[in-house]
Amino acid sequence: MAVQDYIRKRFFPHLWCQGCGHGIVLNSLIRAIEELGIRKNDLVMVSGIGCSSRITGYVDVHTLHTLHGRALAFATGVKMSRPELRVIVPMGDGDALAIGGNHFIHSARRNIDMTALVMNNQIYGMTGGQFSPLSGPGVKATTAPFGNIDHGFDVVKLATAAGASFVARTTTYHVHQMISILKEAISHKGFSVVEIMSQCPTYFGRKNKLGGAVDMLDYFKSHTTAKGSDAHKKDPLMIERGIFVKEDRPEYCSDYDMLVKELQLKGDA
Amino acid sequence: MKHTPKPDMVLKGIFMAKKTLKEIRINRAWCKGCRICVHFCPGQVLECDAQDKAVVQRPQDCTCCMECELRCPDLAIEVIVEHPKEAAHG
Repeated sequence: MAVQDYIRKRFFPHLWCQGCGHGIVLNSLIRAIEELGIRKNDLVMVSGIGCSSRITGYVDVHTLHTLHGRALAFATGVKMSRPELRVIVPMGDGDALAIGGNHFIHSARRNIDMTALVMNNQIYGMTGGQFSPLSGPGVKATTAPFGNIDHGFDVVKLATAAGASFVARTTTYHVHQMISILKEAISHKGFSVVEIMSQCPTYFGRKNKLGGAVDMLDYFKSHTTAKGSDAHKKDPLMIERGIFVKEDRPEYCSDYDMLVKELQLKGDA
Repeated sequence: MKHTPKPDMVLKGIFMAKKTLKEIRINRAWCKGCRICVHFCPGQVLECDAQDKAVVQRPQDCTCCMECELRCPDLAIEVIVEHPKEAAHG
């Protein structure tokens, strides 16, 4: 199927701002799904609230647009009742790690088979540019006009520590890597977390004088490097990209299924 | 050392004959003029016009790398390529 067959064309042009990174995530995600050959009827996308969460409105698969931060909870319900379906949960940085922080760590702990995308633009765009738990110190935002003093989470370390069995990071500049990581994450059996560094030229870019979308993509190009590269050893401030965790671990729905079968056998005996 | 292409790469067409450009389609209604395609095109094929919409200025320089199509946040670009027929090279 062509890329255009996976979108709801009637809602285009989309509502995201000029040069918004979330559009690039949508673009890559559709290509990953198309290359994997997943049938539209076998795929569910569940999102919460925010700029990023509007992505479910644009894909022509089964979609749920739910409560702020609660996308993973709804997705858990979908997956437990219909484990044969593939579930993708696109979230923003605030949605996933502030409002939905608890859902995030507990979904990772359970290792339930779904793909959580953290579209990290380091700011709350839809509500007017407030700082998020991924903004980091020194960042300027509507609610931090003199500079933020909060330290940010490292999504990769957080997801790894919480028990996610697939953890990766990429950016909207590195589209080829994004497509290949998304394909691996979607195919992985277990809880997959993919952090995608995305640009918000309207709020984050403007508040922090980073220029437009092109400048912000150039920044991703020059300030990130492949995991374990020499560039990172020379300059530890370079952000690493790539797959950090990929392990086979018992999956939640399979374990639940096994437990039910075991108890049924006992009941019959 | 002679490079031996992997069988799956051959199937994907990476080592097959060079692709040629048929057409770059730009959906003007969807383009928001962010200039990502213009900036990252290795052949400087694209430009933005007076209405701030991407237009194809130098199609002859297009290498069909698809970077513009893949990076377009508005899903407004489609690069249509022509794969030369086997017979033409046989």
